[in-house]
Amino acid sequence: MTTVAARITFSDWGWRYAERDAWAVRGVDLTVEPGERVAIVGPSGAGKSTLLRAVAGVLPDEPDPDDDTAAAVQGTVRVDGAEPSAVRGRVGLVMQDPEAHTVMSRVGDDVAFGCENAGVPRDEIWQRVRSALDVVGLDLALDRSTTMLSGGQRQRLALAGVLAMRPGALVLDEPCANLDPSGVVQVHDAVRALLDETGCSLLVVEHRIGTWLDLVDRLVLLEPAGGVVADGAPAEVLAAHGPALTAAGVWVPGSEPARGSARRGTRTPARTGEMRGVERGGPGAFRPLAESESESESESESGAEPGAGLLEARGLATARGRRQRVASGIDLDVRAGRVLAVTGPNGIGKSTLGLTLAGLLRPADGVLRATPELAEGVGDVPAAWTSRQLAARIGTVFQDPEHQFVARTVREELAVGPRALGAEDAEERVDELLDAFGLAHLADANPFTLSGGEQRRLAIGTVIASRPPVVVLDEPTSGQDRATWQAVVDRLGDLADTGTAIVAVTHDQDLVRALDADEVVLGAAGARPVLRDPATGVRR
Amino acid sequence: MTAPGTAAGLPGRSVPPGGVRGARGVQPVASLLGVLALGVCLVLSLDVVSAAVALVLEVLLLPLLRIPPRTLLLRTSPVLVAVPLTAVSIALYGRPSGRSWFDLGFAHVTDGSLELALATALRVLAVGLPAVALFVRVDPTDLADGLAQLLRLPARFVLGALAAIRMMTLLGDDWRQLGMARRARGVADTGRLRRGASMAFALLVLALRRATTLAVAMESRGFGAPGRRTWARTARFAGPEWAMVGVLVGIGLVSIAVAVGAGTWRA
Repeated sequence: MTTVAARITFSDWGWRYAERDAWAVRGVDLTVEPGERVAIVGPSGAGKSTLLRAVAGVLPDEPDPDDDTAAAVQGTVRVDGAEPSAVRGRVGLVMQDPEAHTVMSRVGDDVAFGCENAGVPRDEIWQRVRSALDVVGLDLALDRSTTMLSGGQRQRLALAGVLAMRPGALVLDEPCANLDPSGVVQVHDAVRALLDETGCSLLVVEHRIGTWLDLVDRLVLLEPAGGVVADGAPAEVLAAHGPALTAAGVWVPGSEPARGSARRGTRTPARTGEMRGVERGGPGAFRPLAESESESESESESGAEPGAGLLEARGLATARGRRQRVASGIDLDVRAGRVLAVTGPNGIGKSTLGLTLAGLLRPADGVLRATPELAEGVGDVPAAWTSRQLAARIGTVFQDPEHQFVARTVREELAVGPRALGAEDAEERVDELLDAFGLAHLADANPFTLSGGEQRRLAIGTVIASRPPVVVLDEPTSGQDRATWQAVVDRLGDLADTGTAIVAVTHDQDLVRALDADEVVLGAAGARPVLRDPATGVRR
Repeated sequence: MTAPGTAAGLPGRSVPPGGVRGARGVQPVASLLGVLALGVCLVLSLDVVSAAVALVLEVLLLPLLRIPPRTLLLRTSPVLVAVPLTAVSIALYGRPSGRSWFDLGFAHVTDGSLELALATALRVLAVGLPAVALFVRVDPTDLADGLAQLLRLPARFVLGALAAIRMMTLLGDDWRQLGMARRARGVADTGRLRRGASMAFALLVLALRRATTLAVAMESRGFGAPGRRTWARTARFAGPEWAMVGVLVGIGLVSIAVAVGAGTWRA
């Protein structure tokens, strides 16, 4: 395929969004020579996405120097010496949310979309579509619907759509942030094939930069309002700026969290193998935290009987809607003070299992039973509990925090749960959580206006405020930089240490390791516990 | 690609949705134009005969579409509900003429109003049935192709609407998540109205966010760029399309002819 790689230059470039006081990015001097492959890292808020969108020519709003509230620009960004918006299509952009950027409803049409816009003749379009799908390794019929694709397939579809336009540069904005490990490998290999095919320039932003290090020539560290602070061969930058990178929220390869690093409590090993029939701790001592009278953290810690069973699934089958059965034959126990990680490939029904365990979906078959310790006299079927009974016993943190916000300010949001449960110390709990989660300065902000990391912390805070004995989280760490990740995992570790049972639906092995979680892998034949060597934590 | 699907072996051809032929493979724009023309034919007169003839012809042709009866009933249900309602209100309030059956002052049922009611009910059915039946299985992409390429509607508008339709399913999922989240947070026992309002607000925010991302994705692939846009899929208007228009217009013309012949035509 004959394409000429694009040259990208930023000269003292900066951008301020409309109606914002602060510059999203400022003073960037960076040149990407034709065919060069560059990874950009930096803390949240350093303007990495803004930079990529500028190259693709898709920044919103026209800058207007006469209007203070309008967007503002400084310096220049050029693609082959031209304004990026004048040469759209020269730069192919793939973004983080796979769902949101599939345009058409059939695979072939979606790949063809960019070619159509560029005015490519019809016969040539279909040749390009087929060869593009071939390069990214998507072996799907052209008239296959795009609705049921996995995350990895969807990102490769987006890559094929970009490739079919024969771009001079490929720009990737956290393309693997929401993918499971196999999806990450698929996308990585597809990008490598695309680069081999076209020889085009590459700009990639990703928190888990390790994914791309084998493909890039340069690593650039960006600082908020500080421009480029490090630029060079990846190995050199990593060696010289390792701590700075970690501080900036970058997942530096080799600095993964150690097993159990987010737990302070000691834990008797070798429990993972005993998923069933284990002797439970003493009866009734454990009281749901929400109904106890303003007890302090340490009291609640002593109140929870570590290891006490709270939820039991036996032969559980899950279903979305009335007919769509998802997974079956699941046996597992949720225990106080323990972290249960549900892993498995995308689309196997992890989220559905999480929602079922959380009492939000009815089991299609089998039993999900709340033990008397958890039920406290309201029946043992979580799905039949009232909303308040449920909230007092099982809290749920949704994958998209915005689904669960109901109030106008962060403060009110945190107070919703305690108030619904009639807690008298609602205000104290809210103040405590605002401080603990670093949200105090945002107390009066609307939850929808927070950044992704802040929303995630708030979502967890709202559930903790109700002090349920069980907390279920769906992908609590997906797409986060290292700093936000650490904050979330530390919270979860504290919760487990104080006797809460945690169920985390996740594909994040760092989370499993840091929380020293009991891992079950969901598959076609049910949930299989992962057995680990008690001493080393290595999978058997 | 090892098994690239049915369309891969046909370079330069459009991608047929499952290779559909026959009445179902007709470009939807033809059905659209035909149904509009049929509607015009049927509103020219307000008699029972023309509407009845059209309806009979349609019912006779319906099996050609091979729509399962259950699907058809489900999809036409809005029409089936509207028909008796229209009939009753016209029977009560239509222009009185002929023998009077009863008179409540505000409502006056006469031979004339009953006939008018029957004629109107049949007419709604005769236009509604093909409108629903022909669009039950239409792929929005095909309709969009036809609207843009055959009727020359602006591509920006047509493709924007198409993308919006695709987003509707996502919004349905969002709505269910929003509902579950409220139950999980303990606020779903009471205050249904208020909860609905908060869910609607959240849905709006999510929809705007998705729309913004999608717009960026479309723009980054050159959507809305100056210069001529090509179309990967053909939207033909050939034999089958003319046949579709011909059949629908024919139904209208036959019904008019029969009504004129029977002397019931009322312009």
